[in-house]
Amino acid sequence: MPETINPTNRIHNNNRPADPVTPYLDPLDMADLVPGCMSQSHSYEASPVHQEKLGFPGELVDDWHDKAINKMGDLVSKYKSLRVFLDSCVKCGACADKCHYGMGTGDPKNMPVARQNLFRSVYRRYFTTAGKYVPALVGARDLTIEVLDEWYSYFHQCSQCRRCSVYCPYGIDTAEISMAAREILDTVGKGQKYCNEIIGKVHEVGNNLGMPAKAMKATLEDFEEDLEDETGLEIKMPLDIKGADILLVTPSADFFAEPHIDGLLGYAKVFHEAGASWTMSTTASEAANFGMFIGSYENMRKVSLRIRKAAEELGVKRIIFGECGHAWRVAYSFLNTLAGPFDFLDSRYPVPQHICEYTWDLIERDIIKFDKSKNDEYRLTFHDSCNVARGSGMGDKPGDQFEIPRDILKATCNHYFDMEENTIRKETVCCGGGGGLLTDDLLDLRKKGASPRMKALSNAREENGVTHMAAICAICKSQFAKVMPGYDFEIDSILSVHQMVSNAIILTGAIDPDEEDDDE
Amino acid sequence: MLTSFYAVLFYLATLSLIGGLGIRIYQFASTPAPLKIPTPSAARTLWGVAFRMFREVAFFETLFRSNKWIWFFGILFHAGLLLVVLRHLRYFTQPVWFWVELIQPFGIYAGFAMLIGLTGLLLRRMILTAMRYISAPSDYLMLILLITIGASGYSMKFGAHTDIVAVKQFFLGLMVFDWQPIPADLPLLVHLLLVAVLMIIFPFSKLLHAPGIFFSPTLNQVDNAREKRHIVAWAADMEK
Repeated sequence: MPETINPTNRIHNNNRPADPVTPYLDPLDMADLVPGCMSQSHSYEASPVHQEKLGFPGELVDDWHDKAINKMGDLVSKYKSLRVFLDSCVKCGACADKCHYGMGTGDPKNMPVARQNLFRSVYRRYFTTAGKYVPALVGARDLTIEVLDEWYSYFHQCSQCRRCSVYCPYGIDTAEISMAAREILDTVGKGQKYCNEIIGKVHEVGNNLGMPAKAMKATLEDFEEDLEDETGLEIKMPLDIKGADILLVTPSADFFAEPHIDGLLGYAKVFHEAGASWTMSTTASEAANFGMFIGSYENMRKVSLRIRKAAEELGVKRIIFGECGHAWRVAYSFLNTLAGPFDFLDSRYPVPQHICEYTWDLIERDIIKFDKSKNDEYRLTFHDSCNVARGSGMGDKPGDQFEIPRDILKATCNHYFDMEENTIRKETVCCGGGGGLLTDDLLDLRKKGASPRMKALSNAREENGVTHMAAICAICKSQFAKVMPGYDFEIDSILSVHQMVSNAIILTGAIDPDEEDDDE
Repeated sequence: MLTSFYAVLFYLATLSLIGGLGIRIYQFASTPAPLKIPTPSAARTLWGVAFRMFREVAFFETLFRSNKWIWFFGILFHAGLLLVVLRHLRYFTQPVWFWVELIQPFGIYAGFAMLIGLTGLLLRRMILTAMRYISAPSDYLMLILLITIGASGYSMKFGAHTDIVAVKQFFLGLMVFDWQPIPADLPLLVHLLLVAVLMIIFPFSKLLHAPGIFFSPTLNQVDNAREKRHIVAWAADMEK
């Protein structure tokens, strides 16, 4: 429960620390370049079982070379982004120092332009006049098994966070190229275990965890009991309720991991206080869509259609997504394309909505209110999750995806501070675990990739005594819980935004645990 | 002989530039963009997209935020080149258009700006470790080609003058397929040869960034995925 969380021992009575603990470190400093220093980073490859469930060959096919080149040609003809990006880069170097993995590892192949060139060099060799006749002149090369291995390694050192893209004068987005490379790798039978195993579970069971309906029901009942103990109110966690108004689709981490659970409890309290009719679904018990990470339109579509089907079967009027970064990108930017049109839903509301949009609307209309002092133990900052910041929107104005979560946090606590300007909002640095890299076999990479954000957070601690950081992404939350201890932050210094909502919301008729304590 | 060579060369170069670019632009335009992928600050209207694209093309707005040195050298080069090219319209118009007359004196300075920009970009590429790492031979050669075009042009302005009246007759003649003799001055021949080379390789090189930027989905898409369903033909086929 949120009440048990203690601020780190650095802060006493919300005063700033007496002595600086860490010297100022420029979060965006680039490590010295050491060619090849990350070439050994190689996440586990998918087993034949995991591959075949998604319709990919079980292992590397004999004619991998021709199959890969054919797939490349196919993708270039189907994706304008890929074609334009492959042809337009002038190698100006504007992106060279903008990737968090580049900054953290110092491997020059983790500079966005160099990562792209791993792919572009092959494209040039097989698909451009110059590359066919004078390959050495234009840096074109044959596709060999070594090149394929290099792709596997370095396209799994990209979290598809799009930071490079917002600095490129032509908007070239390495994520598009990394997705294409991963799709080619899958097509020739060289997929990644972490992503493909998880997508298989979604198709089979309905969520990334592989959590069956029964277990989910039991978990939600436990949460209801916890909420009743805490508030004295019957706050429901409805599941598979036909005819509910709202279908909540949330990352399955919200059912079992901290601080994710506290966010889920927050959504439930908001729905309760608003008197909303809502439900979750056992078949769409997962907001995440790893189909995006592997660049597979087919898989992404299949995972999305599950949500449409659940909405139709339950007969809901609205769909709301919980706190999940890449899920929100798929939801906001792609869902209407992949699984639309949603003309069977209530057209007065955007399809889908983010839980933050929903909560903020209630705050603006004075339907929910907060006792900010409940969060006085936190000196808080906000981490813009890459897929929300750079892959989606919220509200009705450009940039609302930055402001709405901040506005909610400022409404729920008294001590809010932003981190350095060039590490937040659209320039945010990725947590280091996104894009299908949140697996223990990539832990070294994840730690290095998190260093720009963690340096910025450490600076905020020195500057403003910041103790905690909130985020609206399940991957960010899990990743930070893992890397924060390395920077002298407690493991629970990462929070859900709706955890802050949960702590401070004033529930009509609820018992106040503080007053109860006074009585004793 | 010399005149015929250069006449044919420029017909070929024009064909390559216009035909090649035409094909590439058709490819860019006709390739579908199946998903909405605009980057922030994405515009929510078509006018907003047009305004964003204008700022990118006219001021290199993103590059300014990314890297001040590349922006500085880049804008010197591109703005310089633009004025220089416009100034050269006097070789193709008779009588010379009024506004082309007007910019003649500025064109001289613009050429210097262009050369400073190009030299800056070349030095960056040669000196910085990261830039050396990402550069192929063609990346250096492209800059050297442009610098040599500029330098050979200036060598006629301030060194060995060439008969510019004859040069103009040559180009006016080319345009109506009535070949006039080209002056046999080395700087001029080098200058024109390299310009023709530039025109020929344009559609086969990274110079495609010029048309490419207009087709970049991250920049040219309207951020309205929730309001308006975006679907391309090959994706719609899956729904059948």
